Amino acid sequence: MTPTASSLADATSSDAALRRFLHGLPGVDQVGAEQRAAALATRSIKTTAKEFAIDLAIRMVDLTTLEGQDTPGKVRALSAKAMRPDPADPSCPAVAAVCVYPDLVAVAKETLAGSEVKVASVATAFPSGRSAMAVKLADVRSAVDAGADEVDMVIDRGAFLSGRYLEVFEEIVAVKAECGEGAHLKVIFETGELQTFDNIRRVSWLAMLAGADFIKTSTGKVVPAATMPGTLVMLEAVRDFREATGQMVGVKPAGGIRASKEAIRYLVMVNEVAGPDWLDPDWFRFGASSLLNDLLMQRTKTRTGRYSGPDYFTLD
Amino acid sequence: MDNVFDYAPAPESRAIVDIKSSYGLFVDGEFRDSAAGHGFKTVNPATEEVLADVAEADEADVDAAVKAARRAWTRVWSRMPGAERGKYLFRIARIMQERSRELAVLESIDNGKPIRESRDVDVPTAAAHFFYYAGWADKLGYAGFGPDPQPLGVAGQVIPWNFPLLMLAWKIAPALACGNTVVLKPAETTPLTALLFAEICQQADLPPGVVNIVTGAGETGRALVSHPDVDKVAFTGSTDVGRAIAKAVAGTDKKVTLELGGKAANIVFDDAPVDQAVEGIVNGIFFNQGHVCCAGSRLLVQESVAEEVLERLKRRMGTLRIGDPLDKNTDIGAINSAEQLAKIRELSDIGEAEGAGRWSPACDLPDHGYWFPPTVFTGVSQAHRIAREEIFGPVLSVITFRTPAEAVEKANNTPYGLSAGIWTDKGSRILWTASRLRAGVVWSNTFNRFDPASPFGGYKESGYGREGGRHGLEAYLR
Repeated sequence: MTPTASSLADATSSDAALRRFLHGLPGVDQVGAEQRAAALATRSIKTTAKEFAIDLAIRMVDLTTLEGQDTPGKVRALSAKAMRPDPADPSCPAVAAVCVYPDLVAVAKETLAGSEVKVASVATAFPSGRSAMAVKLADVRSAVDAGADEVDMVIDRGAFLSGRYLEVFEEIVAVKAECGEGAHLKVIFETGELQTFDNIRRVSWLAMLAGADFIKTSTGKVVPAATMPGTLVMLEAVRDFREATGQMVGVKPAGGIRASKEAIRYLVMVNEVAGPDWLDPDWFRFGASSLLNDLLMQRTKTRTGRYSGPDYFTLD
Repeated sequence: MDNVFDYAPAPESRAIVDIKSSYGLFVDGEFRDSAAGHGFKTVNPATEEVLADVAEADEADVDAAVKAARRAWTRVWSRMPGAERGKYLFRIARIMQERSRELAVLESIDNGKPIRESRDVDVPTAAAHFFYYAGWADKLGYAGFGPDPQPLGVAGQVIPWNFPLLMLAWKIAPALACGNTVVLKPAETTPLTALLFAEICQQADLPPGVVNIVTGAGETGRALVSHPDVDKVAFTGSTDVGRAIAKAVAGTDKKVTLELGGKAANIVFDDAPVDQAVEGIVNGIFFNQGHVCCAGSRLLVQESVAEEVLERLKRRMGTLRIGDPLDKNTDIGAINSAEQLAKIRELSDIGEAEGAGRWSPACDLPDHGYWFPPTVFTGVSQAHRIAREEIFGPVLSVITFRTPAEAVEKANNTPYGLSAGIWTDKGSRILWTASRLRAGVVWSNTFNRFDPASPFGGYKESGYGREGGRHGLEAYLR
């Protein structure tokens, strides 16, 4: 049975209690979840609805670069694009955030100063999460000190898969404390490594109980990254969590979403599963890089009736 | 910022179909007028617009069709090697796929079902049925019915209006694969896709007389099933008509299969995957406006989770989109006829009068056409008429149970026995329950899924005989 506020009170009092709670959540039938996601993907979004969805999707993008080869120059260029994605069209909205490694937060922050665009930083030994707790917290601190508005932490998948749920919980609590009031916390599950939908539902509840502001599918470094059915299960979890506690938690699919068509399918899913309240950059984000240019191309197409070649859109 | 994500209309174009102003009967490979010149009109149930005049076959027309079928059987079809018959069936299947959009649009216009369903379910499943039975045509000796099974002769087939093309495929594909010829009567409210199928038979160069389509209402059907030269009667429809057919053929040599009504139990245990179960409940009763003989019209839900399941079900029902069947985002289309709408209204009013709690989500129904909102009745007991009688509409009766044994007892406590659903995460409980349910099809953790390889049919007053799969061959062989 889906939890109620009263059953949440002592869910995290001990490892055994947390285990009982997570394993007491209703199961997810894999075939059914996949069918539901596939059915939602057949919605046909045209004309005014498509324009609305494309602009909303642009506003929800966390424009991301997480490479060993990242440089201040690259991050400055990406930040410029984040503020003004389509230089030819000032009516084009800015994206939600730029997402970088902690050492480049300051550069992004400086470039984005004065704009609405947030700076998100990955942390906690991204992407594997394999490091000592003290190192992970230092990682978070360096990002926050550099001015990150949002911290995208990874969970310890090894601990989760070996059933040490309370350890994962306490780690999220500690990171949340390190973020303080200033920075929003996104918790990355790496659903491609957790694999089952039952695990995704359990880890979603675990992270929400620990105080996550957002739950996020993937690092982008593991295949598969975000999937429609995996995100469906997370959207059901945030919907149920709000019902039980009154608190809203955001959802961020990340990795592998490259086409506008896919992004629109996600928005349809948000609309019909979690509800229209989540159709806002405060509550739903796309972790993506190449998606943005496809959204811009489609945006131009819906406005002018013509497709422009890829050379008309900036590569940063 | 206004966050209302309003889906703009996304209508499938009607331009692909060419609806003629009048249609004749398809007899001996050609379209012809009825002998007496009578006809009837078929309407678009979503708008009440008259679509076409259709010839009404009387006894003389039916006789001509049966004679053509007999001639084709004796001279051509019964002598043709199975591999050759298979080629025709493969060809028909391929043409159905090629013309799938046309078939889907026409089906939605004539029947009222959403294009999403005709496009994604009806037409592809119908084509799959032809592909499946095409493969059997030259392997009948290995089907388990003896080394050299023989066709029966002429099959008289009467099909309902809920899945016009799909039911046609269920009837015609196995009959032809086994070497029989057919005379088929589509329902009077949905004749158009059967007539388009007749064109497809012409396009496939099917020998004249192998498939004959006679349109008309009850009288035409009666003439067909009681024709003395028909060897086999296959009927899908209401239990009342099925009973009349069983009487009409009693004492003759005719073989009969009947696929009749249902009042299926969809059983949700307390350990069910609840979100998927809610989807399954919705798909079980609101698929095709509930015009499904195997619809999960009785929700049996364990008392300990009843409140939660109902709450989620109602929330989900609030997201169902009702309206223009040709809009690609429509989930629930029009009720097929004024007559059916009246029946749904009558039984729903009775449910309310008997004290059950009636609930529908807020929805705007179009001004014209036949519409009924998705409806759920709570507090229903076995003694309510809405728990016993087939409504054949988007109306769900919710009944609670306490133990698995009680669920089985209530599920089986019906004169019908066509289908059932079981929702639980526990494999052993699925098997325990399924082996005790007296229903021809039992779905576990899913509902209303069809495959040509899977047999379909009922217990008790849901009929006899099986269609689909290897079992479906038996009805057309001796």
